[in-house]
Amino acid sequence: MHQILILSGKGGTGKTTVASAFIHLSQAKAYADCDVDAPNLHLVMGNYETEGKQDYMGLRKASIDSEKCIGCDACRQVCRFDAIEAEPHYHVVNIACEGCRACAYACPQDAISFVDAKVGDLRLLERGDEHFSTATLIMGSGTTGKLVNQVKNQLKKAADPNEVAILDGSPGIGCPVIASLSGVDLALMVAEPSVSGIADLKRVIASARQLQVPVAVIVNKYDMHEQKSAEIEVFCFKEGIPFLGKIPYDREAVRALNQGLTLDQISSNGSEAVKSIYYRTLHLARETMKG
Amino acid sequence: MLLWVKSTPDSTMGTDLTVAVLSGKGGTGKTLVSVNLAAVAQKATYVDCDVEEPNGHLFFKPTILSSRVVTVPKPVVDQSLCDGCRICTEACAFNALALIGKQLLVFNEVCHSCGLCTTLCPKKALTEVEQPLGVVRQGRHGTVSFEDGILDIGQSEAVPLIKALLKKKHKDLVVIDSPPGSGCLVTEAILGADYCLLVAEPTRFGAHNLAMVHELVQILGKPCAVLLNKNEESASNPSKEYALAHNLSIAGTLPYDPKLAALASEGLIASEELGHYHAYFSNLLETIRKEAADASDPHTQR
Amino acid sequence: MIIAIPAEANSLDSATCVSFGRAPYYCLYNTETESSTFMTNLAADSAGGAGIQAAQDLVDQSIGTLITFRLGENAAKVLQAAEIAILKALNLSVADNISALQEGKLAPLGEVHPGFHHGH
Repeated sequence: MHQILILSGKGGTGKTTVASAFIHLSQAKAYADCDVDAPNLHLVMGNYETEGKQDYMGLRKASIDSEKCIGCDACRQVCRFDAIEAEPHYHVVNIACEGCRACAYACPQDAISFVDAKVGDLRLLERGDEHFSTATLIMGSGTTGKLVNQVKNQLKKAADPNEVAILDGSPGIGCPVIASLSGVDLALMVAEPSVSGIADLKRVIASARQLQVPVAVIVNKYDMHEQKSAEIEVFCFKEGIPFLGKIPYDREAVRALNQGLTLDQISSNGSEAVKSIYYRTLHLARETMKG
Repeated sequence: MLLWVKSTPDSTMGTDLTVAVLSGKGGTGKTLVSVNLAAVAQKATYVDCDVEEPNGHLFFKPTILSSRVVTVPKPVVDQSLCDGCRICTEACAFNALALIGKQLLVFNEVCHSCGLCTTLCPKKALTEVEQPLGVVRQGRHGTVSFEDGILDIGQSEAVPLIKALLKKKHKDLVVIDSPPGSGCLVTEAILGADYCLLVAEPTRFGAHNLAMVHELVQILGKPCAVLLNKNEESASNPSKEYALAHNLSIAGTLPYDPKLAALASEGLIASEELGHYHAYFSNLLETIRKEAADASDPHTQR
Repeated sequence: MIIAIPAEANSLDSATCVSFGRAPYYCLYNTETESSTFMTNLAADSAGGAGIQAAQDLVDQSIGTLITFRLGENAAKVLQAAEIAILKALNLSVADNISALQEGKLAPLGEVHPGFHHGH
């Protein structure tokens, strides 16, 4: 499976807006939302015919067998996370438990075991020959690269090996981003013309380069700060990174997304910009797939 | 009689109240709202719990009165006592220890300070030593008592720092500026709050993130309301639609105003600069006080 | 000497995995017997500290060289403590990376990532 990944470094730069337009323009048969902390892609992709769900397990958490428990309080005393409460009977506060097992070692009655705690769902949505892989986490759980790996693997299994998949990446530069970059043919960075936007762009490009993933850059809302936008273009030129275009701030884009339309489906300056960026990206991706 | 006169409350004074301000994602205006709420109160404490990226100080520019290093215990090895039995490396749920030949390595950044390895070591080769995690600062800006926490670069376990920030019990109004998202840091920051104010943007994505934090505050059983930020009268507002459909009270609507954004980007407090924003946030605070009082009154509870 | 390479699948023609700690398999190639075995990476499933655990498991297999695209700071510490040579992988299959090593075409892995361990 070929993969084009949309990334940003910083959150809120318009990554999902670009990814959803690309999926619609390319009539992609395979796509995934790797932003598992706050998945948003499904909000603009409409309805699906079928949905497969699979439990996603996180760290195992403590569970006290009240039949064996003699109320000696050893577990509560040893717990550093205030995850054990004595009233009305000894029990574990799941949201606070970090799964360290100190309580289990302290228990003289062997009353504490560790059980799989479901922290989310891995979801595969399908209509016709289209496959959309995504995940949702239960409240209060953070993510790791592990879940992103599973989202991508699920798509790989479902999709045609010759398909060009569009992936909506995770923000930041941490473990989930490394996982989303793995095996990608081209990573398109959506940058924002601001000081923090540029700093984050540079860090995420460094990560991609280490993994030998070819990168290209576009600027979103470039007219919010044209000088910073120009700075990004100059940076790309100096670094030899293809600069594939810039999208103006577009109020119509918000309206379109709120109506469940992707940016390419309306007529506006932003829409024209994203279309030409799409064709340039595809052209470049074909080159990188050959090489 | 005298007592009665004395205790007549100012409209923004009154019983102790802790309000947590949160949003599902960064960049929705959470800090802007928290800062202004604290600024319009007669007496308030502002606590910046966004310890990974604290921004409240950019607005308040407080006079720092005290600063304290927060530490967490981490295991330290005495290699001369370690016999390489591997009990600790196998017990650690976080893979924070590795044994290479006869050398035991400890990885502080992955360690959760649970203390298990130190307890289990049969040779007493591990001892816990307090190590810095970040600082908490206390300061002042006019009538506002200011507190924030700053996590050291490279540290990833922010929970103990937030705990340290919120340990002290405050009187009067406390405004908690929470970390972004809906993960464990947010949970920690809002556990002690009496009331949660959710700040949401007028987009489908904003509404989805609102739904996520709303679910979290419901799990924690906190009374809450939404503040619709960057609202535009002429356009639809999915966050408003969400609130109406889910019986989520709307504490206020803040219209999209480039002037407000410009003030914020310069680190200025809108309610101190513009009279109508002072009035706006005073009203908002009053609404919150009233809603919080209703929620804690058993007779009006839903 | 045993050479370890993170692999996408348990075969020599599989792609070299770009992730170290979360690779599904490691190929262990013995230069003396010219034979290879594949080890399932049990650390791949851990919520945090996968790199540390994976490095420990490889050290326990007495490897002498690791070929990888990238390496976290913590895993690097473990491998360096065990005096294991770390070389930068090329964008090739597992078998081709082994040949590249034997032809002296692989350079030492220069940079090491700062840790990415937001462990919940």
